[in-house]
Amino acid sequence: MIKAVLVLNTQGKPRLAKFYEFRPVEKQQELIRNVFSVLCSRAENVSNFVDAESIYGQDARLVYKHFATLYFVFIFDSSENELAMLDLIQVFVETLDKCFRNVCELDVVYNYSKMHSILDEIIIGGQVLETSSTEVIKAIEELSRLEAASNSINLVPKSVSGWRAR
Amino acid sequence: MGSQGGFGQSKEFLDLVKSIGEARSKAEEDRIVLNEIETLKRRIIEPDIPKRKMKEYIIRLVYVEMLGHDASFGYIHAVKMTHDDNIVLKRTGYLAVTLFLNEDHDLIILIVNTIQKDLKSDNYLVVCAALNAVCRLINEETIPAVLPQVIELLGHSKEAVRKKAIMALHRFHQKSPSSVSHLISNFRKRLCDNDPGVMGATLCPLFDLISNDVNSYKDLVISFVSILKQVAERRLPKSYDYHQMPAPFIQIKLLKILALLGSGDKQASENMYTVISDIIRKGDSSSNIGNAILYDSICCAASIYPNPKLIEAAADVVAKFLKSDTHNLKYMGIDALGRLIKLSPQIAEQHQLAVIDCLEDPDDTLKRKTFKLLYKMTKSSNVEVIVDRMIEYMISISDDHYKTYIASRCVELAEQFAPSNHWFIQTMNKVFEHAGDLVNVKVAHNLMRLIAEGFGEDDDAADSQLRSSAVESYLRIIGEPKLPSVFLQVICWVLGEYGTADGKHSASYISGKLCDVAEAYSDDVTVKAYATSALMKIYAFEMAAGRKVDLLPECQTLIEEMLASHSTDLQQRAYELQALTGLDRQAVEAIMPQDASCEDIEVDKNLSFLNDYVQQSIERGAQPYIPEDVRAGMGEMSNFRGQDKHEPSHHVLRFEAYELPKAPPPSKAAPVSIASSTDLVPVPEALYSRESQQISSAASASEAGSSGLKLRLDGVQKKWGKPTYSSPTPSSTSESSSQKPVNGMTQVNGASAVNSRVRESYDSRKAPVEISPEKQKLAGLLFGGSSKPERKSSAGHKAPKANASAADRSQESKTAGASNEAVAEKTNHQPPPDLLDLGEPTVTTDPPSVVDPFKQLEGLLDSSPGPTIDHSAGATAKVPDIMSLYGGTTTGEQSTSGGYSIPVSGEGNLLSGLSNAAAGGAPGEMTFTSSQSVKGPNAKDSLEKDALVRQLGVNPSSQNPNLFKDLLG
Repeated sequence: MIKAVLVLNTQGKPRLAKFYEFRPVEKQQELIRNVFSVLCSRAENVSNFVDAESIYGQDARLVYKHFATLYFVFIFDSSENELAMLDLIQVFVETLDKCFRNVCELDVVYNYSKMHSILDEIIIGGQVLETSSTEVIKAIEELSRLEAASNSINLVPKSVSGWRAR
Repeated sequence: MGSQGGFGQSKEFLDLVKSIGEARSKAEEDRIVLNEIETLKRRIIEPDIPKRKMKEYIIRLVYVEMLGHDASFGYIHAVKMTHDDNIVLKRTGYLAVTLFLNEDHDLIILIVNTIQKDLKSDNYLVVCAALNAVCRLINEETIPAVLPQVIELLGHSKEAVRKKAIMALHRFHQKSPSSVSHLISNFRKRLCDNDPGVMGATLCPLFDLISNDVNSYKDLVISFVSILKQVAERRLPKSYDYHQMPAPFIQIKLLKILALLGSGDKQASENMYTVISDIIRKGDSSSNIGNAILYDSICCAASIYPNPKLIEAAADVVAKFLKSDTHNLKYMGIDALGRLIKLSPQIAEQHQLAVIDCLEDPDDTLKRKTFKLLYKMTKSSNVEVIVDRMIEYMISISDDHYKTYIASRCVELAEQFAPSNHWFIQTMNKVFEHAGDLVNVKVAHNLMRLIAEGFGEDDDAADSQLRSSAVESYLRIIGEPKLPSVFLQVICWVLGEYGTADGKHSASYISGKLCDVAEAYSDDVTVKAYATSALMKIYAFEMAAGRKVDLLPECQTLIEEMLASHSTDLQQRAYELQALTGLDRQAVEAIMPQDASCEDIEVDKNLSFLNDYVQQSIERGAQPYIPEDVRAGMGEMSNFRGQDKHEPSHHVLRFEAYELPKAPPPSKAAPVSIASSTDLVPVPEALYSRESQQISSAASASEAGSSGLKLRLDGVQKKWGKPTYSSPTPSSTSESSSQKPVNGMTQVNGASAVNSRVRESYDSRKAPVEISPEKQKLAGLLFGGSSKPERKSSAGHKAPKANASAADRSQESKTAGASNEAVAEKTNHQPPPDLLDLGEPTVTTDPPSVVDPFKQLEGLLDSSPGPTIDHSAGATAKVPDIMSLYGGTTTGEQSTSGGYSIPVSGEGNLLSGLSNAAAGGAPGEMTFTSSQSVKGPNAKDSLEKDALVRQLGVNPSSQNPNLFKDLLG
């Protein structure tokens, strides 16, 4: 099971944090700090895996990938395969890239909710649900269409929309 | 809105993000965020906020909370948003709620109704959003409220919904298996879904179910195998391909499931051999995901009933992994190797150099994994090298968690395989010195007991020699500053017990040292107590020997200081010591007999000497004592009650009938502390719990009738608590003497000498292979020669551990001739010639030429009689083999530095990283390459973004408009 998905930048600021088991906010922050301190102490050209038992508890593993200014981090237990998780990060990033065309850190920051929607399509309840970025994109596009539509509705003055609702 | 294009957020939010990005310190960032919280608090309660604005506020709340600040004031607004009819707002609401709330939060109850409604919605996107929330927010109590809808959705026409419904059901099963146990058949049904995606999703819950209970799913083996076969043969639609692999994640899950199902089951495994070997054979080791599949096929092959061909194929893949340049693959290779050596230990020998490379790699992850592997292959011939390595690494790291872990491993290996007592003590000293505060106290006690009890019951000389060597080493170490407390305790104890035993050191010298310790660590009460007791022993032994005793002046001051100590324990010890010095010789001998630390002290557990007193008291009308198990039952009862009172306070609504009472587990650890609330409990519940108590403690059936009366007493009874005296530790000697020694020393020496032979002939031939001599040496030490002794010592692995190990070792250290049993056991494993040799081990002596290089290499092993001609003859025959292996592995080794680089080039474009990682793809990667080729035209896109950002007042720090490293950092 996947326990958490984190996106941090190279300064250690969280850009996205999603936990599939509840953790209080302070614990989350502590975890993010610990993860970052481990990641930034790792040299280049070493493996993408880290033993996360001291960070997250029994049987936890961590896989990360460094893209430009961002670290993508997945924390999971022994029922997942490390290499496969590495590729899941790849799927996630590829999807982001297709969604935002040349994704960069700014996109990640400003499209916070969209990031979450994308992640929700890929992982649900800590289990890998979808691994084809095309499928994810399809779902996301459908949402965006809806969003566009509803935005246009929202442009109608509030009083009118209230009237319409009746 | 238009000017902000794709960003979709107001300038305010962008400003916030920007200012946080520019914050130079954590304090500044906190100030900005707190400001933002104030603004949001104010704004969010304004009347008539446009919905789109509200949505943005919610997003900002989520953002604030991600940065570690409390946003709980806005939770209720997020909850409200889930009620909205507009799907976009609803989704935002659900998103925020799933991030904010845990499943036991009070607000959940307000959402359950909405979720119920949304699950019935016609719009499948609404249903999906609701299912997402279900996975995160529904707890055991609310499951029944949504369960019927979720089950219905398993048959929804959209596959996306079916998938999510399965996941939701899976989540329910994780949370509370009992509530959905009758619905598990649904997973089996969905396995046959038309949509491969849904089928793939079903594998997640099935994997969990199967790992809990393998046997009820054996019938699915055939189906899983056929699915795997179809997937591997690319029968799925092309859209499931990922980097040209057909549905790799489904393959991986299936392999994991098969590994579970085939474990130890020959019949089931036979069905799998073909498909697994096909996958391994066709495996694509050029891509990451291909390797992931290969790795899981190895795991599967190692887990199911072994098939030699399959293992061979798996070993080949492992070889490929280990020779690879990337650390990731090496890591996987080491892990897989660890799985395979259980089945065929000789595989490790082929990869000795690769393993050593990994051990010396700068990558910590790889190193640790390698240590895990080494731990698995430790045997008495290589324990010294491995433990030394481990200690070396242990000293070098600062991560306490891992330090503790590796220290405990060192101790475990040392206890199990130590070749000599001297080495064992040295090793333990090192472990204590560097990780003393992290190791379990038990280890220290074990060490003390070991030194006290000695290692061979019939060899007193060796014991006392060992003790004096321990004393020597401790006297050397004791001067070092900042020793861990546990270690000092051991030192004090040993010095007190044996410091003057061999007569080398005078009592005043030892007591002076002890006083120094007590002074230097004056705030550590335990150490002081140990030191005082040690002093007492020293003086007592002196007096018993009839010598005149003068307390040292520093000792005198120490006693005086402790007489006034706040710690009663220290005070008592000081008084005792003072009193002892005033006694005569006979009395002292009686109080402190020499070397009596391992005598058993008889403890009368029943306190029978108090019987008369108890009888008298009862006759005078005192309440009789209630045995502990009865009290435990009471505790349990109050525990039930506690739960019942507890839960409703969180959740007012109950969706289900009360459960039937479970028979309480017979554990005695039930808390008695809540017992005082007895009176508050409604009667029927008390009855019900008393009933169950009767079930649990059948022994007290007769008393149960009157238990109503006794119940009110438990507040009083609590005082008794558990018995406080500690039962005497059974002396391990008596227990372990019956253990048969499994590892003869002759064996061990044979192995290492063989190894030295190998080295010898290797050197003389001067093979043109360039491997650093240290590495070869290490390899030799680690993988120690022929496979025969290895097989043997893998049996030694299973030898009784820790407790018995002391005796084992002691037997080991004697020559094999000493115990006939050992020989008898060996005959089972060894070919006839060896049997002959072992039958008369005292006759064969070491030819000096063998001992010398061997000593050069290892330095540490004692030169007891061992290697025989047969042994070494067998080994020399093996030489060419090993040589060729050396040759083979170097090629891989030399190219190690090639490196696996994820470019972090100045281009802030994530894609550059992407493209490299996925390199090697061909047409199947269309989607990907296309996005790369768009890069050119995309400059326009980037420029637009850039312009927009400029509008917002953000200045890019470099030429590339996509790069905002500095800014956002």
